[in-house]
Amino acid sequence: MTEPRRTSAALLQAAGPLVAVVLALVVGAGFIAAVGKDPFAVYAHMASGVFGNAYGIGQVLFRATPLIFTGLAVALAFRAGLFNIGAEGQLVIGAFAAGIVGAAGKALPGVVLMPLTLLSGMAAAALWALPPALLKAKLGAHEVINTIMMNFIALAFVQYLGHFAFVHATVHTAEIGAGARIARFESFLPGFRGSPLNLSLVIALVAAALVGWLLWRTKFGYELRAVGLSPTAAEYAGIDVPRTWTIALCLSGALAGLVGANFVQGYKGYFESGFSAGIGFLGIAVALLGRNHPVGVVIAAVFFAALGYGGLVINTEVPKELVEILQAIVILFAITLHVVIERWLRRRT
Amino acid sequence: MGERVLAVELEGIAKAFGSCIANDGVSLRVEQGSIHALVGENGAGKTTLMKILFGLYQPDAGTIRLHGQAVRLRTPADALARGIGMVHQHFMLVRPFTVAENLTLAHEHTRGPFLDTRRAVAEVRALSERHGLKVDSEAKVENLSVGEQQRVEILKALYHGAKILILDEPTAVLTPQETEDLFRVLRALKAQGTTIILITHKLREVLEVADHVTVMRGGKTVGERRTGDTSIAELAELMVGRPVLLEVPKAPAQPGQPVLEIGALEVLDARGLPAVRGLSLTVRAGEIVGIAGVEGNGQAELVEALTGLRRWSAGDARLHGVSLKGLAPRAIAGKGVGHVPADRWQRGLVLDYTLEDNLIFGRHREPEFGRGVTFDRPAVRAFADRLLRAFDIRPPEREARARQLSGGNQQKVIVAREFSKEGDLLLAAHPTRGIDLGAIEFIHRAVVKSRDAGRAVLLVSAELGELLSLADRIVVMYEGQIAFEAMAHATNERELGEYMTGRQRATA
Amino acid sequence: MSLLIALAFFAQMVRISIPYALAAVGGTMSERGGVINIALEGILLLGALGYVLGAYWTGSAWAGLAAAAAVGLVTAGVHAIVTVGYKADQITSSLGINLVAFGLTRFVLKSIFGSSSNSARVAGLPEWSLGGFGTVPGLGSLFGNPLVWIAVALIALAHVVLFRTPFGLRLRTVGEHPETAATLGLSVARLRTWGVLLSGILAGLGGAWLAADQRSFTDGMSGGRGYIALAAMIVGKWNPLGAALACLLFGFCEALQIRLQGAAIPNEFLQMLPYVVTMIVLAGVIGRARPPAADGVPYHAEDR
Repeated sequence: MTEPRRTSAALLQAAGPLVAVVLALVVGAGFIAAVGKDPFAVYAHMASGVFGNAYGIGQVLFRATPLIFTGLAVALAFRAGLFNIGAEGQLVIGAFAAGIVGAAGKALPGVVLMPLTLLSGMAAAALWALPPALLKAKLGAHEVINTIMMNFIALAFVQYLGHFAFVHATVHTAEIGAGARIARFESFLPGFRGSPLNLSLVIALVAAALVGWLLWRTKFGYELRAVGLSPTAAEYAGIDVPRTWTIALCLSGALAGLVGANFVQGYKGYFESGFSAGIGFLGIAVALLGRNHPVGVVIAAVFFAALGYGGLVINTEVPKELVEILQAIVILFAITLHVVIERWLRRRT
Repeated sequence: MGERVLAVELEGIAKAFGSCIANDGVSLRVEQGSIHALVGENGAGKTTLMKILFGLYQPDAGTIRLHGQAVRLRTPADALARGIGMVHQHFMLVRPFTVAENLTLAHEHTRGPFLDTRRAVAEVRALSERHGLKVDSEAKVENLSVGEQQRVEILKALYHGAKILILDEPTAVLTPQETEDLFRVLRALKAQGTTIILITHKLREVLEVADHVTVMRGGKTVGERRTGDTSIAELAELMVGRPVLLEVPKAPAQPGQPVLEIGALEVLDARGLPAVRGLSLTVRAGEIVGIAGVEGNGQAELVEALTGLRRWSAGDARLHGVSLKGLAPRAIAGKGVGHVPADRWQRGLVLDYTLEDNLIFGRHREPEFGRGVTFDRPAVRAFADRLLRAFDIRPPEREARARQLSGGNQQKVIVAREFSKEGDLLLAAHPTRGIDLGAIEFIHRAVVKSRDAGRAVLLVSAELGELLSLADRIVVMYEGQIAFEAMAHATNERELGEYMTGRQRATA
Repeated sequence: MSLLIALAFFAQMVRISIPYALAAVGGTMSERGGVINIALEGILLLGALGYVLGAYWTGSAWAGLAAAAAVGLVTAGVHAIVTVGYKADQITSSLGINLVAFGLTRFVLKSIFGSSSNSARVAGLPEWSLGGFGTVPGLGSLFGNPLVWIAVALIALAHVVLFRTPFGLRLRTVGEHPETAATLGLSVARLRTWGVLLSGILAGLGGAWLAADQRSFTDGMSGGRGYIALAAMIVGKWNPLGAALACLLFGFCEALQIRLQGAAIPNEFLQMLPYVVTMIVLAGVIGRARPPAADGVPYHAEDR
């Protein structure tokens, strides 16, 4: 292929997710009509509520932040050839740990407590990813079922710990120390008054940049991608495939664990049971739509966040669950289009 | 000259896959009741043409005539119904099923809604006896030897009433003796009136068993001959389009110090069974030792053991006196051992990586390519450019992925990478399998050059011709041990073949 | 006395295994054909909703069963289109369908029943009275439940079809080595699609069981059983009978969990039990259970 052909191929592949989105919206229109509402009006309402004001934008970005984390987690794992379906459980464990450490270290100064809280969230989540990782590395057990099982176990486990950790008669932990709190945008950008959008968004963007750097600039990233593309070739080249898998899955978990930064440290100030329902699974959709690339993940995260918040905006007209359906349908369209475009491109060369 | 009845006549067949033209107006005329060879390099379009004849592909243009009648073969079922059977290079057998199940598949005998296994077994048994192709109809295919599996494939075609039998590279996996057996079967079938089309690149066999031969090159027919009227040299020249060097020019070897010393090595295979059973071998600097043998006699396990991909259970292998036992692939590669793997797609390359990234694959941790955590991209690029030039690798574009290269160029990338390592030992397994003659010549010359530079080369190959011309010393591996050893110029294909099948054992 | 308790526990264990078994046998049919189907979880959920809707609108439990099977069929059809028709990745398609299932069931719950967690109560399956059995608690409801018999029949049927009929032979062929099927003129796509559709019907009925048992639909009621059923399929070595038997183990876990509630062990650990057992069991069969050779690999017809 000549140079112009390669860029047009890349553009086509990037267009796939966009088309998937459009198709999903079309299907959504069908659902809206089925409940007797006008799709155009509903979509227009959604758009204005989401993008028309600073509060809406703030909400979208706030919701996008955890999706960036879980999207990066799933994308990084995919790059190593692994399916991390356990982000849901990893992020809960991570957020819980952040809540506990943040509260326990109340007395510590921010310069110590902040990184400590962040790191404990990452570490706890990484540890939660370790059992499926080791089962894969040592025994070759497929990580799909194991990570899903860990999700259920995580929810039960945190609920159990809640008996001791939750404030009496609540489902949340004690408040974290001021030193662990992440500042909200509203404190320096008055336009975002009332919005929970906080600086963990910056952490998320930095994380995306770091993941990109890791994958394409470092030797470890070179190895990780090789393992994902061809484990047999990687073995031949002397790469320790099981070790790479383990590290990749744990890093993936750590990324998911940063979700706590957004909710626990940036928003509520404590860990609350049930805060995160679905973010881990949505991370899969984000990673797929973003083609497992950090930039794509950020864009896809914003999109899914917009859709999610949009659902709330139109909730009085159409059940917000419609949005959940759309988010999932986008996955199906995206993977189908990916294959169709690939095959079309191959036929042309 | 009497009336020639043509069993098969293909005229003006065209087939393209995207922008790749596999068949460009090909014609083929096969006489009824003859054995007709179809030869050409890899990628010449022979298999595509036959897959069209078998109904697996649809031609973009052209006509197919069977016994003078124009036909359309939309699916393999059509072809089977018209008496065309095909024995594929990679057997079309379901390994966990029995022979009877494989043969009756898609035309099962039933009793009510259920499978009638007994009848299937009996029928297959009768058929196998009728044609003298001994197989146990109740055996599971995965437990059969390669030669037996091929017999099952032939039987399957006959079971479906094939009068025109296509065989795609049938001898690629057989020993010389099994090849003789196959030819005997083919001649017997021919006597019964079966028409046989043989796809092969082994010109010697063409002259031995075929009556006619058609040569293809670049998707076109470039020659048709009676085998009695032609020679290997002429056929090779037609195949490649220029006179072909069939012998590798090389000076006599000057073996130096032992580089690799293998002593009583024992290696288990993936199933835990002994694959290498007490093998001892020494390879010296400046010599090429070739390992001959039918695949499955431990060669793969031997190479894997020597490169750290498989543990061994007893014995030792030393590189310059230092044991390689328990070393990981990275450590062994770090000693400069080059390894051209048998499977270039699964092992040797990451197809979606660029050429550059593939050229440092396995060496990527070396400080030359970047200290610390990241790569020194300019250094990598310079290195890659140097290798591309030295090994005459021409990618369609600078940033091409390995997937976009031809098979020959892909193999050259691997060879370039491994041969350029600054070590003393080179392990090459089937380095020229499935690539065009031009690349084969290049790689052969590169191997000789490495040897003359003082390297010790261990070459595993299934092509006896290649071994005889390239290696200085040849050993035959049979059932995990060395069955025979000789200087290359002192032996021949027949002798090697005898030991490859265990028909003879070297006396001490 | 203790014998009666044991029998009742056994009966409960078998009852609880039914939805797992239906899903696991379904998974077997799909994977024997070479198509990974992790969407069993979603199909269980949608099947349960299908049953409730069918029973709700017609008042008949049998209509509910039919609706559940139909819903399972359609959902599996989507998976088949995406993975067999378009040859997209089977695992992500499965996950996508599961997500759709969660969203769709919630959407329907909201739209039709006005609740975000529970549907209205509907008819359960009629119980057949079986004389003497009825005196033993548990056994009566076990053997008196038509769906138990349907399930057992389907499991046995699946096994026979897979191993003793031409269809089963051909299905297994496309799961092991689809190229061979193609060279014989068989349609790989059609056979694989059948495998997937059958898995949808079976899992749909499994979902019907869950809803019929409870006589209503609850958000998320599949509870991970679809994933556990996959583990049972692996443990059962991709054999319908083996898979069904493995499900007894998981039924045992769940029954135990119910029995021990309120006892010394914290509730949450009991909840974890089936999932932990799944992980342990899966780890134990590695290397000994070999999937169909072409499982999970999309088949491309005109590949050079």
